[in-house]
Amino acid sequence: MSNTAGAISVAWSGVSVDLGGRTVLDSINLEVAAGSWTTIVGPNGAGKSTLLRTLAGTVAHSGTVRVGPANTSEPSGRNRARLLAMVPQHPVIPTGMQVFDYALLGRSPHQGLRFSASTKDRRSTEAVLDRLNLTPFSNRAVDSLSGGERQRVVVARALVQETPVLVLDEPMSFLDLRHQLEVLELVAELRAERDLTVIGSLHDLSVVGQFADRIAILDAGRLVADGHPAETLTSKLIARHWGVDARTEVDSEGAVTVTVRRRRPA
Amino acid sequence: MTSKVDRLNSGGGGQSLLGIRWLLAGVGAVLISAAVSVASGPVSIPLGQVARELLDHLPLLEVDSSLSAADRAIIWDLRAPRVVLGLLVGALLAGSGAAYQGVFRNPLADPYLLGIAAGAGLGATIAIVAELRDVLGLVDPVPLVAFAGALVAVAAAGTLSVRRGQIGSPTTLILAGVAVANFFTAIQTFVQQQNSETLQQIFAWILGRLSTAGWTEVQLLIPYAAVSVVGLVLAIGPLDVLAVGDEEASTLGLRPRAARRAVLVVASLGAAAAVAVSGLIGFVGLVVPHAVRLVVGTSHRRVIPLSLLFGAAFLTLADVVSRTVQAPAELPIGVITAFIGAPFFLVILRRQVGS
Ligand SMILES: Nc1ncnc2c1ncn2[C@@H]1O[C@H](COP(=O)(O)OP(=O)(O)OP(=O)(O)O)[C@@H](O)[C@H]1O
Ligand SMILES: [Mg+2]
Repeated sequence: MSNTAGAISVAWSGVSVDLGGRTVLDSINLEVAAGSWTTIVGPNGAGKSTLLRTLAGTVAHSGTVRVGPANTSEPSGRNRARLLAMVPQHPVIPTGMQVFDYALLGRSPHQGLRFSASTKDRRSTEAVLDRLNLTPFSNRAVDSLSGGERQRVVVARALVQETPVLVLDEPMSFLDLRHQLEVLELVAELRAERDLTVIGSLHDLSVVGQFADRIAILDAGRLVADGHPAETLTSKLIARHWGVDARTEVDSEGAVTVTVRRRRPA
Repeated sequence: MTSKVDRLNSGGGGQSLLGIRWLLAGVGAVLISAAVSVASGPVSIPLGQVARELLDHLPLLEVDSSLSAADRAIIWDLRAPRVVLGLLVGALLAGSGAAYQGVFRNPLADPYLLGIAAGAGLGATIAIVAELRDVLGLVDPVPLVAFAGALVAVAAAGTLSVRRGQIGSPTTLILAGVAVANFFTAIQTFVQQQNSETLQQIFAWILGRLSTAGWTEVQLLIPYAAVSVVGLVLAIGPLDVLAVGDEEASTLGLRPRAARRAVLVVASLGAAAAVAVSGLIGFVGLVVPHAVRLVVGTSHRRVIPLSLLFGAAFLTLADVVSRTVQAPAELPIGVITAFIGAPFFLVILRRQVGS
């Protein structure tokens, strides 16, 4: 299951995106070290999804996006799909497709022109489903699953892709507390096992500081802060960019827990 | 906790077993429908003897069918070509229907979409009206001109939906197809009205029929059928990936627009060739893939091969019915496909709703 290519770094330099006449991303420069876990946070509409989509090559942009060692050109098509797997914020769920078949799609960048899946393809799909406790759902149609079950199936497809870079755009939005932790812990385990580079976006500030080793704050299309969770998840920055009152706590291992407080009239 | 039974029923193992069982059922359906079709007709030849005669023609097998020379001639010169034609047309219609439905992510997409029916109709009308048979001599010109008409229509729809090198969305393509179809139908109606004495011949063509003069039609169809079937089988992987939409398909390493175009080309080629030799036989391309999906799920690894097989068997049986219910007269096969296809489909649909 391991990828022998070794960890891979990712970098945006001077990346800007205009959508519908608006500047959605404004010259972003960000480098994600090989094997790190970087999470992009920011208020709604900040441009997080757009930034992640530039990695997948599905949004027109200026500047350069690099996946792999310095001086490599932007990969395309199948090569990109072998380097980078994506869990989109709003996945398209095909009607009637069974969970196993859906997860198996992750193998497609590794297959040539073939019309049946190899035993290896099936094995690795089964292994991932098993690991996410989705085996009992194998024969269910994906569109018959609950929101959280679906989201785990989409994560499964990305893991089946076995890429050195894993991109997760809000993979937790429908998950209950236990499954949030389970998925994040699984990603952490796999990262250690396979030397993955993980890039994500998360709204939940309470967990983000315990998993990411680097946090980038995006607001209105600009990168406004970037660094270790303890430096970026501060009451001051949270108040400035989210407009909420939060208390942060850094434990001995450097993990940050954020508690948001309800605003009460004085 | 996962129970042992759950595990046995789930995952890849169970899936591929299900697939293999249905694949064998499909092959069986093709063989049985072919034998039944060869056995039925004005001169009755017992099914057992037909089966033995067919087995005898397989390599390495020596089976004595004890048939007379006349019966052998009926089988090989009259009935077999028609059966093979029915198998090919049925497979092409159902296979291309499954591909169209996958490409457009719409279960109601039809192999005659994108102007194929209208283009072929115009071609056939022109060939009939202009009495091209007299010009060309031996070869029946109707299928050739119908085929050309179908390809011109699809090409026109494809070209019109491309702008400044950008391929349009599936919707643009369908709308272009509708416009092209209307335009071709308008011309066809005009030509037809100018030559009302040929109306009956034109309508007979439009209602669809499987009539053969020896192996000529089969020989005409085989090269296109081969290219199309191979193409459809190669399209299985891309079709499954296209199901998650263009953006995700490209994150899975597929170039969605190029893939969609390639699949449409092979599917249209097959549908156009089928329509050229058989006229417009409705329902097969819609109902067979749909029934298959209801039974085995939507993965094209199963939908494409099973649509090809069951489409072939279904059309062959429909042909048997069309030849026998009003013998010696023949009902148009398009009437039969709708007549037995619709109830059959409703039964499957109801069983599915029930479970
Ligand atoms: N096709 C488009 N045309 C115009 N504006 C767009 C388009 N796509 C996105 N936008 C805008 O770009 C901005 C950034 O969108 P994006 O989805 O990247 O935000 P986000 O940070 O992921 O937000 P969320 O937290 O809600 O997921 C939003 O204001 C959005 O309205
Ligand atoms: Mg987003």
